[in-house]
Amino acid sequence: MSMNWEFIMSALPLYEKAAWLTLKLAFLGILASLGIGLLCSIVLYQRTKGLERLVRVYIELSRNTPLLIQLFFLYYGLTKLGITLSEQTCAIIGLAFLGGSYMAEAFRGGIESVSKSQIESGISIGLSKLQLVRYVILPQAFAVTLPSLGANCIFLLKETSIFGAIAIADLMHVTQDLIGMYYQTFETLFMLVVAYLIILLPLSLFLTWLERKVRYAEFGN
Amino acid sequence: MKGNNKVLLEIVGLRKTYGARPVLDDINLSIHKGEVVVVLGSSGCGKSTLLRCLNGLESIQGGDIKLSGKSLTDKNVNWQEVRQQIGMVFQNYDLFPHMTVMENILLGPSKVQKRAEKEVMEQASQLLDRVGLLNRKDDYPRQLSGGQKQRIAIVRALCMNPEIMLFDEVTAALDPEMVREVLDVILGLAKQGMTMVIVTHEMGFAKAVADCIVFIDAGKICEIAEPDEFFSNPKTERARQFLNIFQY
Ligand SMILES: Nc1ncnc2c1ncn2[C@@H]1O[C@H](COP(=O)(O)OP(=O)(O)OP(=O)(O)O)[C@@H](O)[C@H]1O
Ligand SMILES: [Mg+2]
Repeated sequence: MSMNWEFIMSALPLYEKAAWLTLKLAFLGILASLGIGLLCSIVLYQRTKGLERLVRVYIELSRNTPLLIQLFFLYYGLTKLGITLSEQTCAIIGLAFLGGSYMAEAFRGGIESVSKSQIESGISIGLSKLQLVRYVILPQAFAVTLPSLGANCIFLLKETSIFGAIAIADLMHVTQDLIGMYYQTFETLFMLVVAYLIILLPLSLFLTWLERKVRYAEFGN
Repeated sequence: MKGNNKVLLEIVGLRKTYGARPVLDDINLSIHKGEVVVVLGSSGCGKSTLLRCLNGLESIQGGDIKLSGKSLTDKNVNWQEVRQQIGMVFQNYDLFPHMTVMENILLGPSKVQKRAEKEVMEQASQLLDRVGLLNRKDDYPRQLSGGQKQRIAIVRALCMNPEIMLFDEVTAALDPEMVREVLDVILGLAKQGMTMVIVTHEMGFAKAVADCIVFIDAGKICEIAEPDEFFSNPKTERARQFLNIFQY
């Protein structure tokens, strides 16, 4: 079987555009999920009354429903309730909703890894609960958390491949369109794989590098 | 002598239990300003627990603790404020590993006490100089020896300008050759009139530094005495047995 390079060249701009869109949505969604995750983990750590229960419900809901369903709910379900969000907003919210719980778990793991004696020595110099989190717990938790945060980023990036289901022209969607129109199955799938590799591989390498750097900088008391 | 000073910390009928098990029972002790109290007792008798109760790391089940006359069992007590007045140094020199020596020292004064960085930095430098570690101010804890870390931990507590310092076996985790440098720092503090409660297993040091020895056995104060008296002529059988262990 030989590749139709001409077709590939002609489809390239479409893929480029889709790749940027995927990246943009993923970036915003992941950023939001980091924020949500951090907040949730702090609520769980501090056992904030009322909020703690809410966070637990959210985490169960988020972890135990597929992103596709979450997207459908946001995109089609909310419209029925009179709230209409754009496709892209739905995609970002959906990704953040899914990712938030995974990030929360990652942060929680890191927070729990900080030793009791570190916390007590922070308490005994008079730090408030929030100061303790901010100056003692999070900086130390970060190094421990980084590998799982990285894995979550990659997981979420891959999850973006179902954005097409709510009519977003992401990589997957473009591929399906092209197959439908031109039957160039092999070429389009090839481009799809390459596009994801171009996005994910550098990220993966960067995260590995970062983990190593942070670990060297932080450890050994 | 120091008994004439005003009472800084007063412990009245303190009781601490873990579940149903009493760990401290009916502890009564007055610590005067400038006094150095050394707490002795065999392992598990409740020495660490006593110190931890004093700065609120452990809740107490009975009795009262008063700092400068104010009850710490009061519902409205502001522990963050109280802890600024009570410096504590633990056995395992828990410096924050992600901060330099100077950052470790500045954290409390700047974030808790909201003091101006410049002023704190000056004080910190002075204190560091006094313990001989000013040249290590930009190092990370992992670059320091155990004895150095412990001296930094002492400086970190001192920089909050506490009324009283609590030391819990601060040399127990150190190699013998580093014990001295840390004990010297504490002796220096005693000379300057710092009020201190010290838990230690270093009997020679206890004798040298203490104004008053408190011997605890099984969660109860068994004997309170002046050091000379305690070491040469302990009144209770339990204290005699305890001291025998330290004589080879
Ligand atoms: N969190 C806890 N839960 C239950 N029991 C505890 C707890 N902490 C300490 N204890 C018990 O309380 C008693 C006093 O402990 P503490 O650590 O105060 O002893 P210590 O005099 O400091 O001993 P050491 O010289 O070994 O440090 C011990 O019997 C210990 O087993
Ligand atoms: Mg102890």
